[in-house]
Amino acid sequence: MKLKLSLEVLGLLCLAALIAVMPRLVSSFTAYEMATVGMYFIALLGLSILTGYSGQISLGHGAFMAIGGYTTAVLSVNGVYGHHIRDLWTIPIAGVVAGAAGLLVGIPALRLSGLYLALITFGIAVSFRQIPLKFDHFLGGTSGKVLSLLTTPFGLPTTPNNWIYYLTWGIAFVLLVIAWLFVRGKPGRTLKAIRDSEIAAASSGISLARYKTLAFAMSAFYAGVAGSLYAIARGFMNPDVFPIVLSVYLVAALALGGVDSFVGLIVGASAIYVLVNRTADVTRWIDHLPGVNLNPQRPGMPDVIFGAVLILVLIVLPTGVGGALRRLFGPLTTRLYSKS
Amino acid sequence: MTALLQLRDVEARYGAVKVLHGIALEVGTGELVAVLGANGAGKTTTLRAVSGTVRRTGDVIFDGHKLPRRPDAAARAGIAHVPEGRGTFSELSVWENLRLGAYTRRGSVKDEARRVFDYFPRLEERKGQQAGTLSGGEQQMLALGRAMMARPRLVLLDEPSLGLAPMLVKEIFDALDRMKREDGTAVLVVEQNANLALAHAVRAYVLEVGHVVVSGASERLRANESVRRSYLGY
Amino acid sequence: MYVAAFTWTEFAQQIAAGIRQGAVFAGLALALVIVYRSTRAINFAQGEMATFTTFICWSLMNNGLSFWEAFPIVLVLAFAGGVAIERTIIRPVENAPVITIVIVTLGLALLLNGLMSVIWGGGNRPFNGPFSTRTIDVGGVPVSVQDIGIVAVSFVLVALLAVFFRFTKLGLGLRAAALNRDSSELVGVRVGWMLAFGWGLAAVLGAVAGMMVAPILFLDPNMMQTILLYAFAAAVLGGLDSPVGAVVGGLLLGVAITLLGRYVGFIGDTLKLPTALLLILLVLLVKPNGLFGRVAVRRV
Repeated sequence: MKLKLSLEVLGLLCLAALIAVMPRLVSSFTAYEMATVGMYFIALLGLSILTGYSGQISLGHGAFMAIGGYTTAVLSVNGVYGHHIRDLWTIPIAGVVAGAAGLLVGIPALRLSGLYLALITFGIAVSFRQIPLKFDHFLGGTSGKVLSLLTTPFGLPTTPNNWIYYLTWGIAFVLLVIAWLFVRGKPGRTLKAIRDSEIAAASSGISLARYKTLAFAMSAFYAGVAGSLYAIARGFMNPDVFPIVLSVYLVAALALGGVDSFVGLIVGASAIYVLVNRTADVTRWIDHLPGVNLNPQRPGMPDVIFGAVLILVLIVLPTGVGGALRRLFGPLTTRLYSKS
Repeated sequence: MTALLQLRDVEARYGAVKVLHGIALEVGTGELVAVLGANGAGKTTTLRAVSGTVRRTGDVIFDGHKLPRRPDAAARAGIAHVPEGRGTFSELSVWENLRLGAYTRRGSVKDEARRVFDYFPRLEERKGQQAGTLSGGEQQMLALGRAMMARPRLVLLDEPSLGLAPMLVKEIFDALDRMKREDGTAVLVVEQNANLALAHAVRAYVLEVGHVVVSGASERLRANESVRRSYLGY
Repeated sequence: MYVAAFTWTEFAQQIAAGIRQGAVFAGLALALVIVYRSTRAINFAQGEMATFTTFICWSLMNNGLSFWEAFPIVLVLAFAGGVAIERTIIRPVENAPVITIVIVTLGLALLLNGLMSVIWGGGNRPFNGPFSTRTIDVGGVPVSVQDIGIVAVSFVLVALLAVFFRFTKLGLGLRAAALNRDSSELVGVRVGWMLAFGWGLAAVLGAVAGMMVAPILFLDPNMMQTILLYAFAAAVLGGLDSPVGAVVGGLLLGVAITLLGRYVGFIGDTLKLPTALLLILLVLLVKPNGLFGRVAVRRV
């Protein structure tokens, strides 16, 4: 166990070093792209705690990202009593607001079995869009809100792209450590017990309710932080920034990558990045293949491929790609959470 | 008399657990044959191996042809399986249950239905009732009636006496005797109540832990005291 | 919250519109229930399947067929598609945990949505329905012919299905396969193909719902996503395993949502969808089996 622990700590330290060094190795735009991947990574991290460790499914986490994004937008644009809040400080607030929403959802979620929870959370993803449309004076309606352009604050000596990279991955690292501690510690073991057998866990006196709602709130917090960062990076926020399909991508990425594989989460986050932000490019790339004639104006191909891959993988590998990788490569793959 | 049903070296497993180890068994046309043994000996699994509802290897030969391992193949070939627990469709009506029994038959099933109601008048009274509301005995009649609807050559019957009062059990076995007389229907019956089974069956096989340990004519089994004591429990 | 001005004529109009909406919800909800009864999972791709078949109808009409000429072709294709999907994608995972099946259907939804985008492009386009949009006078209340037509088609379809399930051998086999798999196998029902048939029927129901609603909503790949949510609400309200519940739930929901949207200013048009969602939640918390359902909703 001790060896395992120090291996993992070593892994985390290596990751920190890699994060710090990366912008020197890549172009400024790539740093911006990596930042976006980092945001999806944060959201997936939160979702993995919910689904992987407390066994609750959520098809609506895009909505929590949107809550985070809107919180940041309102606070930095509308401000509080006329004071505009610097976008940086809105991030934790966005997380808390989203977390509170997650708590609100988590309470009735206790009484719903997997299928019905999937239904409800899917409903949240589909109907959330209506909220900013209804409260349009406050949330900007269809046109949304425009934040200030991404700039480096406090005159720090780095480009805005690098700034958002460091900000995102710095936060991601901190949240990763928190998740790691959470999972290794009592809350995580409790959740694992719940996931593996509800009945056994309940009969041993563990307060299911508290831990399950905590998992929901925490995952929503993470999603809110991710959404806030996303809004800051893009400089605007409207109902289409986090579409319905994003919630599906999040769950799909988790299913594909496996819930407790670090590599899986990174791959999943990258996949989401491609699907959400780079569909046109992928379509153009596919179009260049011999014999293929695709219209880049109709960028549905990445979805077709992703959907097909998802189906195939689930049919063939029930534990996802991450699970399969682990079986093949064993101790070489970086484990996010250790098996207790 | 060539055997209607022949099992040769049949093995069956549930997942990784092998339950039947090389069973050999025969049922002739119009014969009532019993399968006896303690709980867990593999009696139910033997029936499932015939009807194709469990993974099996080995040969099941019915009417000279090897039966494929698909569940519906046995039904189409003329084998009706009345499972443990009756297997009635509780949410459907008595009539619908009977109708399903004749699923593999084309055309009108009025004649078959009339026969079933002749055997079991109580079923006709309760024709439109939901099957789940019937008493245990009536459900067993319904299960057997459902089997009859297919005009089977062979009926597989799993623990018909379970949970039934002796009067009802007698009715069931009388019906089996009548089926044998009137249609030459063969029956392979699994029973815990060895005494009862041997009273009606012409031959019996005794199973223990997935093997056939004793087999032969009922009188001889009943007369053999050591067999009775060791395997039949009385 | 304020109640808008009220006239009886308008109220009747709203009821009529609500029934028409409800008919569409009922069709898709019935599809969901048929799939749920046989496969014990919710098909999150039901809406996309419906939109896809509606696009096929649109293409056929673009190639010179009239709506009613294209209609039966689309139904046959929809049926075949549903059967194919069940046999190829669902069958391998039918014994997996329900959530796996759900994610597979989500993958299918993504695939179909993307495919529609690739084949027909993303924007919306008009769809020439079979019914005229003029209004006629029904007892002093102006009702659109299209609304009457939609309700009539849905009614006929549901009635045909009811007859099929109740009075045909195949229908009985389908019901049996959904109720008791093992016993069905014993009487010779090919359970696997019954499941596939159920998916085929569900696809047909979805196709009809799509073709009925397309003239109103305009056809685009995302057309059925909100309707799917309403269909979920209707199915839950009626009881996920009750076909009668799906129809009744759909009609009730359609009328309720229309009336609430018209007469409760706060809800208006914008908050209809969240209202439906809250309704699902309420039903699941208070009476999880819905109005007519029987399956116990296992607590988490």
